[in-house]
Amino acid sequence: MSRFVPLIIVAALVALFLGMMLSDRNPNEIDSVLVGRDAPAFSLASLDDSAPALTQADLKTGKPVLVNFFASWCVPCRAEHESLMRLAGEFQVEVIGIAYKNEKYQAIGFLNELGNPFSKTGLDLDGRVGIDWGVSGVPETFLIDGEGIVRYRHWGPIVGDSLETRLLPELEALR
Amino acid sequence: MKQLLVAVWVSLFAAVTAHAVAVDEKPLEDPALEAQAREIMKEIRCLQCQNQSIEDSNAEIARDLRKLIRERVALGDSPENVKAYLVDRYGDWVLLKPPVKTSTYFLWGSPFLVVLIIAALLVRRKQTTAATKPLTDDEQAALQELLEREQ
Repeated sequence: MSRFVPLIIVAALVALFLGMMLSDRNPNEIDSVLVGRDAPAFSLASLDDSAPALTQADLKTGKPVLVNFFASWCVPCRAEHESLMRLAGEFQVEVIGIAYKNEKYQAIGFLNELGNPFSKTGLDLDGRVGIDWGVSGVPETFLIDGEGIVRYRHWGPIVGDSLETRLLPELEALR
Repeated sequence: MKQLLVAVWVSLFAAVTAHAVAVDEKPLEDPALEAQAREIMKEIRCLQCQNQSIEDSNAEIARDLRKLIRERVALGDSPENVKAYLVDRYGDWVLLKPPVKTSTYFLWGSPFLVVLIIAALLVRRKQTTAATKPLTDDEQAALQELLEREQ
């Protein structure tokens, strides 16, 4: 029996490493500490001069809301933009956009070019609100429930099948 | 000659100082506070380059965090508070040295665990070796016979 022990150990390690390799995990992605907590307090001027400032109160709507950090200089944001348009159109979710470290005219130009999926916008010029939200880079998208509590953080762009396999199931769970 | 020496000395000194503020932004005016801020920066992980501290990272987010740390230190925040502020937003992961707490006991304890396992194996091995029985009379006789046949 004992002569099989090394073989069993090797087999167990192979299974472990294979499982880790094949899982859908991105080693650069770190869980957000915000999940399960109230969305951080903030107040940001809107990209639209006629709209009031965006605050955390805008996130408590009784329905799930998405908060997307984006920037015109961010290439992956461009890639995920179609997903945001679909979320706002096809899936009827309120999407709020926060322009992260972006000049106002550039953020507006970005939305004019690709379409505007956002019901409300905020301008985080110095990135401080981003830090409060634990953002390490754009794009990042947060799913907030009707009570204003963060339920899920989507790290990186919503591209490929990640809309269907990750974000939508989280959204459906809240509806 | 003396002037030249002074010039060399000054430029050397300037180079050293310039290196100390290798990255962009303005250090705090009070050297003691700046030193404190730098100590904190060395312990904070850059969120983009991940295995660099923000003190020597050029990433945009590292620069923002350096600015934030300097601001808080200038306001008189203790290093513990500054770190807690960042951990509150980015989790323990933002600290290059993980804190000792329930979820990290295994992490910190594993080297000692390995040492214990090795020690246990060594002890066991020594016991088995020591426990080797001497030859019985029959075996001794058989051995003797074999040896004699060889000769």
